[in-house]
Amino acid sequence: MQWNSLNEFLAMGGYGVYVWPSFGVTALCMIWEVLILRRRHAAARTALNQSVASAGVAS
Amino acid sequence: MKTDRMNWFQWSSPQTFYPLAGKLIPWFACVSIVCLVAGLYMGFLVAPTDFQQGDSYRIIFVHVPAAWMSMFLYVVMAGWAAVGLGLKARPSFMMAQAIAPTGALFTFLALFTGAFWGKPTWGAWWVWDARLTSELILLFQYAGVMLLHASIDDLRRADRASAVLALVGVVNVPIIYFSVRWWNTLHQGASISVTAAPKMAATMLAAMGVMALGFWMYSAAVTLMRVRCIILERERHASWVQIERIS
Repeated sequence: MQWNSLNEFLAMGGYGVYVWPSFGVTALCMIWEVLILRRRHAAARTALNQSVASAGVAS
Repeated sequence: MKTDRMNWFQWSSPQTFYPLAGKLIPWFACVSIVCLVAGLYMGFLVAPTDFQQGDSYRIIFVHVPAAWMSMFLYVVMAGWAAVGLGLKARPSFMMAQAIAPTGALFTFLALFTGAFWGKPTWGAWWVWDARLTSELILLFQYAGVMLLHASIDDLRRADRASAVLALVGVVNVPIIYFSVRWWNTLHQGASISVTAAPKMAATMLAAMGVMALGFWMYSAAVTLMRVRCIILERERHASWVQIERIS
């Protein structure tokens, strides 16, 4: 390992301002995608259960 | 009786695929997380500083896997589109539809991280270089496939039209891949080649490979998550969705 301190690691040899946004935005996008898919799945399930329940009441 | 059988046949594929996808997602997700943690560890703590580019080169560990996935997912999407058109199989169209947003996301990330690598390396966030331009066109292609599907109300027509568009656009993928060889571009050549010896240190190469595997497994997991949403949304009037307790 070539890093002697946390500051040195974060500085990335002066390129931290380019390296960290690249990794940060990638991570955020991937986490965001998972979160919206979980929400979409839950919404689809809720809508289904409601329609099934209302159909059950109607019949 | 006849209608029952027809109905069962009609819905059988999404019906069996929905729980199967649900079982597969945790496995893909686990492998993905393990690979991404290992890849980040190797990329930041094991791989040495590049003697030419300094530590800016570490962007390669997200940039190259994202760029690979952007092209690979397009080919897979076009493949499902072709199967859908050939067999008139709705689940294939659903898979194609489920892949597009993740492919678009990785195309965006390849361009974004590329800009953050280009600035310190070339001195410019963006150049109208063959590699960058053809990758930007790929982003528009993903957007086109998604928009076309969303803009047609009749789902069967939307499936077919967007599948044809996806198939026609696949011609751009080899153009992106070979652009660094066909044109004299600013973008560097391929990081990995079947015919040439690796130009990178073994630890850099290993970190990139593990990250790429992580991105691949991530794509599989989120595609299956999305196809499950699409199945529920599109098949909500089907009897199996109504009868079975959907988890």
